[in-house]
Amino acid sequence: MRLNGAKILWECLVREGVEVFFGITGGKVIPLYHELPNYPIRSVVVRHEQAAAHAADGYARATGKVGVCLATSGPGATNLVTGLATAQMDSSPVVAITGQVSVTDLGTDSFQEVDTTGITMPIVKHSYLITDVRELAKAVKEAFHLARTGRPGVVLIDITVNAQLAQTEFEYPEEVDLPGYKPTLRGNMRQIRQAAEMINQAQEPVVVAGHGVIIAQAEDALLTLIEKAQIPLVTTLLGKSVVPETHPLCLGMGGMHGEAYANNAMQAADLIIGIGTRFDDRLTSTASTYAPKAKIIHIDIDPAEIGKRVRVDLPIVGDAGHVLRELLPLVQPATHAEWLARIEAWRAESRARDILWQETTGLVPQYVVHKIWEATQGQAIMVSDVGQNQMWEAQYYRHQRRRGLITSGGLGTMGFAVPAALGVAIGCPDAPVWVVAGDGGFQMTLQELATIVQERLPIKIAILNNGFLGMVRQWQEFFFQRNYSGTPILGPDFAKLAEAYGIPGITVKEKSQVEEAVQRAVATPGPILIDFQIEREENVFPMVPVGQSIDQMIRRPTLG
Amino acid sequence: MSVTPAGVYSRRTLVALMEDKPGVLGRVVNLFRRRNYNIESLSVGHSEVPGISRMTVVVHGDDAVVEQVMKQLYKLVNVTKVSDITDDAAVIRELALIKVSASPANRAEIKQLVDIFRAQIIDVAPESMTVEITGTEDKVDSLITMLRPMGIKELARTGRVAMLRGIVSAKGNGNRP
Repeated sequence: MRLNGAKILWECLVREGVEVFFGITGGKVIPLYHELPNYPIRSVVVRHEQAAAHAADGYARATGKVGVCLATSGPGATNLVTGLATAQMDSSPVVAITGQVSVTDLGTDSFQEVDTTGITMPIVKHSYLITDVRELAKAVKEAFHLARTGRPGVVLIDITVNAQLAQTEFEYPEEVDLPGYKPTLRGNMRQIRQAAEMINQAQEPVVVAGHGVIIAQAEDALLTLIEKAQIPLVTTLLGKSVVPETHPLCLGMGGMHGEAYANNAMQAADLIIGIGTRFDDRLTSTASTYAPKAKIIHIDIDPAEIGKRVRVDLPIVGDAGHVLRELLPLVQPATHAEWLARIEAWRAESRARDILWQETTGLVPQYVVHKIWEATQGQAIMVSDVGQNQMWEAQYYRHQRRRGLITSGGLGTMGFAVPAALGVAIGCPDAPVWVVAGDGGFQMTLQELATIVQERLPIKIAILNNGFLGMVRQWQEFFFQRNYSGTPILGPDFAKLAEAYGIPGITVKEKSQVEEAVQRAVATPGPILIDFQIEREENVFPMVPVGQSIDQMIRRPTLG
Repeated sequence: MSVTPAGVYSRRTLVALMEDKPGVLGRVVNLFRRRNYNIESLSVGHSEVPGISRMTVVVHGDDAVVEQVMKQLYKLVNVTKVSDITDDAAVIRELALIKVSASPANRAEIKQLVDIFRAQIIDVAPESMTVEITGTEDKVDSLITMLRPMGIKELARTGRVAMLRGIVSAKGNGNRP
């Protein structure tokens, strides 16, 4: 069947199971949008290309399927960049399609021409520049394979407009032929046996689980492992929700703003079993001070992550699910009663310190997140932005639902939450979806309120509004003599703003109003926005100052 | 592979095979720049297999750095094989073209030096001679040192290319990290 490049693209996407994509049209993708109405793919038109990339990313993280975004050449493509870097950093499977000027104009600085594949090269897993329609179907097939397999990531296909218009015989390849790409899924059995031995001998083991366990859908295997051998679990930020966070073995998030007992456990452990984590600096602080007494087993699908930041005693390259399933029968049941009792003592001490926000009469963010958690019974998909709001969400929302937290971990992209929530809400139409954002990040991408309304998405938006770029303000308070340079920011009346878009808006100024506002949001069938005007200089505790080991924390202040 | 303690830098010779696709060299160079690797030389050309290019890269780093370079190279989808051949028996060569100032007074001296180094004079002009030399980097360095007093007008070096001795090939030798 002879088809033009535009039709071939949509034929390929249909065959890859793509149901929705996020994008904005423009001069060099008109042929694509022209053919689109003939195909069963939902087109979500966003208001800025950055949002298209975040939405595709959010969709991918929430569903495990490949997210697709589309933009025109030049500024359309450059606007995607932040979103693509965000997705790539967090191993999110995204295929980005960009239009490009005709092959005859390439390299001549023609209108809306930019070197898209060049600009994006360091932030993609792979990319294609298609100038000949005959190469298109093969590239799309490979792109989806690369995006979703191995360590997932971003694949970009830049298609010149002549290739969109030219015709060729369409045949979708059955197989991909990538001789340089063979991800290792199965771990080395000898190393797995050695890992089991180390686990069986350990007195004070800790499992550190990251995003990789969720990507591998290995949550059940992980839970079985920690229950069978009674091993406490610390998660990374992106590892949150891998097991229900009310589970007694779950210590929650570790690291810079992790709970003190989680960090104490890692520092005291004699064995760390890292699974699907990069051991990044927000988890470990200075790598040489991390878990000084522990031997480290590192299970990851990406060989380049092993030994990159922390010393590793036993590496296992493989898919977390495969490796855990091979490991499980070799691990002996254990109780680790003494070890768990020590951790419980640390936990009790942390809880005792954690009453200030409950007692205070002021409107504090911890209370807000706690009330959202109560009202949603831990079952919402929380999409958090970046900064203090992200850490309060991480500390006070105990996730019960798998893939229950969508947030920008590695790149720390402010403005992520609202557009990512578009993709989450479309990918998981039956789940309650909440955005938690600060007033700073919210104002970076608030144009997407229009898309929320246009697509009728029932997203609940909680703004933790303190009139500051709060996390930087906190650093200024602690480490820069309270010199609040560049951090105070003005915002609009967010409730009125929401109403201008056709979204009900609530302003909450008192602690006593929080519960009612949250309840109203839960009861509202459509979208709603709540502007929580919180205590302006509330801080995130605990906090590990840069350069310290993770048990050297600035702790929560206590009453009296 | 010899074990170099962390922080102890040495020069390692890596051979990478890659699909001859548009942009692949750009991806490799971009990777070195982005991850702040210290590359001393890089040379690339066709291999014995049609469609596969062969790159020889000399990297300066400790074991951890070199291991990361190899692993990150492997992550490039078009790279099919990476080997560290530093400690293997290998022949290593570099080619250089040297244009040196020449006058009737020193032509004979240059010719003599060239003969000693088993190099070749490949172009003669009224005021210059161009010398081609192939050999190890040390040998090339030595000839350059000897010619420098006469005035080197232009110099082009290819960087190191390397091949394992005997029947073993870099294709089969490297350990996939």
